[in-house]
Amino acid sequence: MTAPISISQNSAITIDDLSMQYGDATVLDSVSCNIPAGQWVSIVGPSGCGKSTLLRCVAGLTDPTTGTVQLEGEQPAFVFQDPTLLPWRSAAGNIQLPLELEKQSTESRSDRVLQVAQLVGLEAADIDKYPRELSGGMRMRVSIARALVMNPNALLLDEPFAALDEILRQQLNQELLHIWQTQQMTILFVTHNVAEAVYLSQRVIVLNANGTVGGDVAIDLPADRVPAIRNTPAFFEKTAAVTRILQEGL
Amino acid sequence: MKTKPSISVVLYPITFLLLLLALWQTADWIWKIPRIILPSPWEIGTESFHRINDLLSATLITAQAALAGFTLALVIGTTLGLLFSASKIARLGAYPYMIFLQTVPIVAIAPLIIIWFGGGMASIVVIVTVISLFPIVTNVTTGLRSVDTGLLDLMTLYQAAPHQILFKVRWPNAIPYLVTGAKISSGLTIVGAVIGEYMAGHGIDEQGLGYYIFMSSQNFQTEILFASIFLSSLLGVTMVTAVAVISRFLLNRWTFQLEQ
Repeated sequence: MTAPISISQNSAITIDDLSMQYGDATVLDSVSCNIPAGQWVSIVGPSGCGKSTLLRCVAGLTDPTTGTVQLEGEQPAFVFQDPTLLPWRSAAGNIQLPLELEKQSTESRSDRVLQVAQLVGLEAADIDKYPRELSGGMRMRVSIARALVMNPNALLLDEPFAALDEILRQQLNQELLHIWQTQQMTILFVTHNVAEAVYLSQRVIVLNANGTVGGDVAIDLPADRVPAIRNTPAFFEKTAAVTRILQEGL
Repeated sequence: MKTKPSISVVLYPITFLLLLLALWQTADWIWKIPRIILPSPWEIGTESFHRINDLLSATLITAQAALAGFTLALVIGTTLGLLFSASKIARLGAYPYMIFLQTVPIVAIAPLIIIWFGGGMASIVVIVTVISLFPIVTNVTTGLRSVDTGLLDLMTLYQAAPHQILFKVRWPNAIPYLVTGAKISSGLTIVGAVIGEYMAGHGIDEQGLGYYIFMSSQNFQTEILFASIFLSSLLGVTMVTAVAVISRFLLNRWTFQLEQ
């Protein structure tokens, strides 16, 4: 049984009239949306529509051409499409990197690393391994653990499971849902997989090919997401609604 | 997948060498080639045995000069690499001259170095440093600059200070590049030391293999010339192998890059 999800009406992330241009090409065009604290919002759209750019703007990694991003609280954590691990560090060394940068004590770092490693399903034996010794799924778990180690209020995920096989992807989806439910954080999740977005989220924002917002679909499926939901008429209905908006925006 | 080196990797070259020596010795017996032109392997071996102490001492001196110059090249090369990676102005301004320095033959620069530093060990070490500097500078600069942009994004997200980015990302990333540069340089150090001793190793107490090469060629002691050449090559191979073994042992965690 999962914990009840609390969603504040306060916006954790406010994106206001955000546009991004590279030369003559418009990647994002007047994107505005509010992400309430504690909500899981997914962004879907065709390749090249600016999903990742939007996430990078929210993280502060890219400055938008116009528009603003307001964050409530601390800097959100980010999980890249690639695990982005330091290859010369063990899994534990990678997970504790943000704590090292904050100059936290070795003892508190070790305790916290073990906590988050357990949270993402890493075995004790795995955390001493180097990234090259871990499978793709394990590497992504380390990457998620590193993002969680600072106990962030918000988590930005840029297609983290794109390179994984379907079985592993669904398994990690389930584990991430569990983490979200227990940690009560805001999640902004970029994916090109509509079914994944609908299954995980409470809202799906669809970006059109021209970088505008095509739609914002509320996903009012039961809060306790279990794989069986994927076979319900409500799930098919929401998936069809998001797909329709995607096709209209091509 | 790694495979263990086959015994044939060692066996074939040794067999080939023994055959070559046997042919050489036989040719000497048949044609009675003058010692001054081509001494037989037996003659080289006998003469070398008689002067084994001198030759080993010279080998040790050459090795010391090579190691001293190599250490200096590592320190200076790494410092310059750090400077070139940190400063675009320094890189654009000075880097072309590093390439220029590399293209000038060392025998052309050596007399100038001897004028500045005098005959003897100091000049020899400087010549070794100059000849082995370039691979280290270029490799360290490349290693410090060719960091995965995702890792730099990560450090930006965590608001890492420039020194944290340097020591936690850029420097560890540059280590395998430094090792590659060191491997290339390690072979060049013996070349530099022998050239240095050839030109600046006279009139001093510590005479290395370069000096022996010079003197034996002047005195037509071809056996000693052969022995000195052989020992120089052996020293070069030992130097490269030692750097390779040490780097592999120390940098186990970087194996992913060393294997690429």
